[in-house]
Amino acid sequence: MTQPNTATSTSSADARTGLVKRFLRATEIDTRLMGMIGALLAIWLGFHFYGVIFNGYGAFLTPRNLWNLSVQTSSIGIMATGMVLVIVTRHIDLSVGSILGFCAVIMGMMQVYVLPQMIGLGHPALWVLAVICGLVLGTLVGAFQGWLIAYRTIPAFIVTLGGLLVWRGVAYLVARGETISPLDSTFALLGGGPYGSVGATGSWIVGILGCAGVVFMLLNGRSQRRKFMFPQRPVWAELFLGALGCGAVLGSVVLVNSYPWPIGIVRAYAAKNNITIPEGGLFISHGFAIPVLILVTVGIAMTILMTRTRFGRYVFAIGGNPEAAELAGINTRWMTVKIFALMGFLTGLSSVVASARLNSATNALGTLDELYVIAAAVIGGTSLAGGVGTIYGAILGALVMQSLQTGMVLIGFDAAIQQIVVGSVLVIAVYLDILYRSKSK
Amino acid sequence: MKQTTKTPLVEMRDISISFGGIKAVDHVSIDLHPGEVVGLLGHNGAGKSTLIKCLSGAYKADSGEIYINGERAEINNPRDARHYNIETIYQTLALADNLDAASNLFLGRELTTTTGFVNDARMEAETRKIMGRLNPNFRKFKDPVKALSGGQRQSVAIARAVYFNAKILIMDEPTAALGPQETQMVAELIQELKAQGLGIFLIEHDIHSVMHLCDRASVMKNGEMVGTVNVDEVTDEDILGMIILGKKPEGVAS
Repeated sequence: MTQPNTATSTSSADARTGLVKRFLRATEIDTRLMGMIGALLAIWLGFHFYGVIFNGYGAFLTPRNLWNLSVQTSSIGIMATGMVLVIVTRHIDLSVGSILGFCAVIMGMMQVYVLPQMIGLGHPALWVLAVICGLVLGTLVGAFQGWLIAYRTIPAFIVTLGGLLVWRGVAYLVARGETISPLDSTFALLGGGPYGSVGATGSWIVGILGCAGVVFMLLNGRSQRRKFMFPQRPVWAELFLGALGCGAVLGSVVLVNSYPWPIGIVRAYAAKNNITIPEGGLFISHGFAIPVLILVTVGIAMTILMTRTRFGRYVFAIGGNPEAAELAGINTRWMTVKIFALMGFLTGLSSVVASARLNSATNALGTLDELYVIAAAVIGGTSLAGGVGTIYGAILGALVMQSLQTGMVLIGFDAAIQQIVVGSVLVIAVYLDILYRSKSK
Repeated sequence: MKQTTKTPLVEMRDISISFGGIKAVDHVSIDLHPGEVVGLLGHNGAGKSTLIKCLSGAYKADSGEIYINGERAEINNPRDARHYNIETIYQTLALADNLDAASNLFLGRELTTTTGFVNDARMEAETRKIMGRLNPNFRKFKDPVKALSGGQRQSVAIARAVYFNAKILIMDEPTAALGPQETQMVAELIQELKAQGLGIFLIEHDIHSVMHLCDRASVMKNGEMVGTVNVDEVTDEDILGMIILGKKPEGVAS
């Protein structure tokens, strides 16, 4: 808050709430978003200081942990953006974890057994073909399930519950229970790791592009409002939002750049490129991991899709009132197929990230992911009653879920307690959301 | 009313539709001329809304034909109906409660920018324009329509039907949720649209409004058409008799 507080002492409390309200109205910041970010920060600080106090070392708020957290969030986050559409239209998809495993196994088979025979091991196009194969497969499976739901009117819950079993079983049959590895070395970069990151310079370029995007959005918003003579935000609010956005982007660049490669990787890298390691070690930054950039790209693309295209508008309309959407001339059945196909595509993409990160594919990959994905979307404010949800909320929800898990591992909670906490947090988060909504009405 | 020899704007011939063995509409024919308001009356469950939904594309008739300007029209879904410039104000209003007024007004027909994205700013500006005409007190452009009052919601639904240059307008109890002042506004709007040459089907329970607004009145009972009368030639008792007894008064031509 940069506004001078001119209130008299008698009504300072009133004036302060008034000021907060004015501030929120002027900046048009979503209070729900603020609440989520607040909860996230509370979780982070809580784990960090729990570590400081009880273990003598706070491991959570370190570049290393936050970098790992960002990579671990990617797979669930990518799928959660698609789950928003599914849940907004009053459906559910329980099969994403199994489809992820199925796609991973097929992509693994392609890389290890099929493509090397066709085009040769280590062929530069091998990873591209494998990825395309996974994405197409995910899309087709999703579209097929969507067709069953829309045109054969089988409830989504049943179709995808069946899918949960079917695709896991198919994955097992295809992989014969084996772990398929190692995957193509270029493919493996899509999962992150020291080589699968864009480095310091690359991260700064990403950061500068991000800032340019923030500034462009604010300017474009202003010019649109001017064109149609809608009320403008005050200039100070625009400047605040710009500073906040750019600050967040550049802050994350600094963060990921301050996490160096592990010493072993640096030695191997130096030996390979004939670099002598100076005294005190060579500091090579990780920078943004590739899966994180994939997640950010997906998040931006999906946000544009949901807020700026007809498709997104129809998704919300169907969720708000399916009958009205139909009467407005929207082909709701075909929309359902497209939504599930998109969910399948994103599951395929997530499968790329997840299997690349492990550099292997097993038929068990993605087990229980559907529950984390649904939980992420719901914690992120997607209403199971339909019609309400945001992409950024789902990504934040995925981050919350992953933060809880990582944090509990760091402070040494065992698996049983982790499950209890994650389950409870899901229920509490949704309850708080219901309270928030009933108040804001 | 003068007997027009011109081809009717809409002619629904011998329409039948049944749900689970119950004949909701049983061999009903009805027509509508440009610049004419035809009232559709009858008890709840008489089949008025069902008949009209066959025209708006919400239902598909089991048998019967629809002619628009004398030409056979295939209306299989609401998109087809819109293609024939048929606009409908449904009894339920058919609004997506979670979207704002502009998004509802343009639902299915969004204005887009040259790059293909929805042009929310322009749609809001257009919405402000038409709402300024229909309901000048309307202010809640940013709120989802579930936050609006019954009358405000109704005006959004009416704005949607009027904005897109309808030629045929179907109004299913458009004043059911409205206060006296707003009802008067709808009545004036109907007169204005009629003067512009639109044909309007008006489903209405209030016989006085029918007498006041309509040129002809068709009465349905138990899925069948009781008859159609010129409003000038009958009294409200005659129409009431048709609704209750299901018989056309003697000596009245249609």
